[in-house]
Amino acid sequence: MAVDRRTHRSHVSYIDKSRNYYGAQGYPQPYQWAYNHDVPFASLNKPLSECRIGLVTTSFFERKVDKTAVAGAGAKEPYAALCDDALGGLYNKDLFWDKDNTHTEDLDTYLPINRLREFADQGRIGSLADRFYGVPTDYSHRRTSRRDAPQILEFAQEDELDAVILVPL
Amino acid sequence: MSLVSRHLEEAGLPTVVMGSARDIVEECGVSRFVYTDFPLGNPTGKPGDVEMQSAITGIALDLLERAWEPRTTVQTPFVWDTEANEDWRHHFMKVDDSNRDALASAGDQRRSAQEKVKAEGRGRG
Repeated sequence: MAVDRRTHRSHVSYIDKSRNYYGAQGYPQPYQWAYNHDVPFASLNKPLSECRIGLVTTSFFERKVDKTAVAGAGAKEPYAALCDDALGGLYNKDLFWDKDNTHTEDLDTYLPINRLREFADQGRIGSLADRFYGVPTDYSHRRTSRRDAPQILEFAQEDELDAVILVPL
Repeated sequence: MSLVSRHLEEAGLPTVVMGSARDIVEECGVSRFVYTDFPLGNPTGKPGDVEMQSAITGIALDLLERAWEPRTTVQTPFVWDTEANEDWRHHFMKVDDSNRDALASAGDQRRSAQEKVKAEGRGRG
């Protein structure tokens, strides 16, 4: 097998891409992405087969779209909803993903509710929580850290979760 | 989303992030990360491919159990296009001579739309 050689890393750098893309649109100030040196770490305190697992998505329920709205207009709040109510799919057309190369019509490609229920049936996890949570894609670190994250923690505590799977689109 | 993961970890709740924007998640720094090298949109597997979705979700569960320190990233073994067509990497948010003028004018239009909203006193509530 021939050795593949490349001048650039294979992984797409969305930080580089978005800086160049918005720069080309005339936005001279690049977005300041979150960076942390230190990373917190918590361990499971019981076997996974006894754990209640929660899911967090960046998708929302379909809502009436204000045709005059521009991107960034209108507030979005974190929410909790029944997994059963998500089975028909969630709304994410306003989010940033590759609409030319794929689609999000299969829920389990971005929120694996059905797959996790199968793992629960097999005994690999204790259960999937009845509710999942949504967190808005907000380019304000302050709103994400001070409003959204504490709200998601509160939901998780209400539902007595043992671990959480977060899936940004 | 990575910031939310960090907040939960700080409160003692174990988390795993599943995603396809490796640089964004790793710069922010999370405890556990399942990375699938796909176009953005299907971080937990290809549409219709239940087996792949189970495999990727299973790796997230493995990480919850087995990771012993933060910044544990596992790249799943899947490739988007088995023909090794990598156009999607270059196509997304492309900037080159073919679209430079169009992007500049789209930016101008967006700014003037935002100015209009601002002038009317609408916008972020």
